[in-house]
Amino acid sequence: MMVREALNSALDEEMSADPKVLLMGEEVGEYQGAYKISKGLLEKYGPERVLDTPITEAGFTGIGVGAAFYGLKPIVEFMTFNFSMQAIDHIINSAAKTSYMSAGQISVPIVFRGPNGAAAGVGAQHSQCYASWYASCPGLKVLAPYSSEDARGLLKAAIRDPDPVVFLENELLYGESFPVSAEVLDSSFCLPIGKAKIEREGKDVTITAFSKMVGYALKAAEILAKDGISAEIINLRSIRPLDRPAINASVRKTNRLVTVEEGFPQHGVGAEICASIIEDSFGYLDAPVERITGADVPMPYAANLERMALPQVDDIVRAARRACYRSVPMAAAQSY
Amino acid sequence: MGKRTGCSKGKGGSMHMFNTAKNFFGGHGIVGAQVPIGTGIAFAEQYKKSKGVVFTCLGDGAMNQGQVYESFNMASLWKLPVVYVVENNEYAMGTSVPRSSSVVELCKRGEGCGVPGRQVDGMDVFAVVGAADDAAKLCRNGNGPILLEMKTYRFRGHSMSDPAKYRTRQEVDEVRETVNEAVEFAQNSPEPDVDELYTDVYK
Repeated sequence: MMVREALNSALDEEMSADPKVLLMGEEVGEYQGAYKISKGLLEKYGPERVLDTPITEAGFTGIGVGAAFYGLKPIVEFMTFNFSMQAIDHIINSAAKTSYMSAGQISVPIVFRGPNGAAAGVGAQHSQCYASWYASCPGLKVLAPYSSEDARGLLKAAIRDPDPVVFLENELLYGESFPVSAEVLDSSFCLPIGKAKIEREGKDVTITAFSKMVGYALKAAEILAKDGISAEIINLRSIRPLDRPAINASVRKTNRLVTVEEGFPQHGVGAEICASIIEDSFGYLDAPVERITGADVPMPYAANLERMALPQVDDIVRAARRACYRSVPMAAAQSY
Repeated sequence: MGKRTGCSKGKGGSMHMFNTAKNFFGGHGIVGAQVPIGTGIAFAEQYKKSKGVVFTCLGDGAMNQGQVYESFNMASLWKLPVVYVVENNEYAMGTSVPRSSSVVELCKRGEGCGVPGRQVDGMDVFAVVGAADDAAKLCRNGNGPILLEMKTYRFRGHSMSDPAKYRTRQEVDEVRETVNEAVEFAQNSPEPDVDELYTDVYK
């Protein structure tokens, strides 16, 4: 099943199960979705439940939050999360903080979803990863699916959740296909929020990743296996809450950690994971922790520079080798 | 005052008071943010086919926020049952309306986005009630949003001492006593339990 179909089927099933669920965003209706994620939903549920909005992120995000205050379950789509910055005040101040500020009187069961991170040659203003910004905020939950199973299970969980959820998809994953079991295809399928998945077991080094980078980490693990290095690949699935117990348990087993993400290095997801491991499992580490991240530059447009600005499989392989004391002293991507 | 007996157990603050049982969805600390939120509540009323109307209040300063016009546009497009009540007291903190707004007749500012407006004498209780009634009726009948500009004035010094033609001295004293009792109750209330720091982050 393609990730695109997985998301579409999850939206369809949750809208069918609960009349309070609605979808709003640019081109989600008549255009069938900018990336076809909402294909067929307008025909099935009508214009009251699938709303084409004008290009007014601050306005329609605020409207979505207000509707959630009053008991509806809106899904607000951002054509990419870069445009969520137009609406970030509503995501943080109106959605994330309201349960706390109202001492639980008002809950905000809203989902903010859309593609996040780099695509292919879309330039600096269309390529940023927002995982670490949103995940730093108490009151939000932040999810990042990788496979079709993740996409279905996590989106259903997000829609059913009574709190605001930021759901970070990836444009380049939409067209990727993954095998799915009958259990995953069932309309009751749901994944727990806050639990990571061990995609590949290993004993020599723990590699954490989310979204597209999970695929890269798995490829790196294949290459490392030929060298006799057994890498354990953790698919985070949930950036907030982070599955600290799972990551710590893995590092206590392997004694080495490499974190992988597309986003900027400073204050990134990897920084949080490394700090967490040092705080909780310092005595178990046999090597310094290392984060592999995007380069500390706005995303360049040229294809060769873009490749250099993002982690590649080789970067992950080299980092894992460094963690296992197998040479290559220099990190592939330099920062200033 | 940050006390546990407050409506948000002391965790919201003066700008964030809520009473959902009485359909009061709060003040918001970000100027202008309440406008899309109030519009969203109106959207939910329409979605639920409830025939409800939402009054969304904002000041003259908030009228320059971009999201206000984004809300006007969608409210008009979708004919949402919302009355925007603009309390124009001529000053936004230290900045007067003419110094900040290129078009000072605030009731006209919705026209560009399809929201008709009316100016009302905000100092006249009967005018205000009448205008609110008319606006609510129009909204309930599916005519879409309306803007009411309430012209008021900011008093200098203690407004409670200023004579105002719509209330008697006795009424002022009674109100003052009620307020004083409430203030005393609040001041004597304890602060929230420290356990409350980590509650209600998530539902």
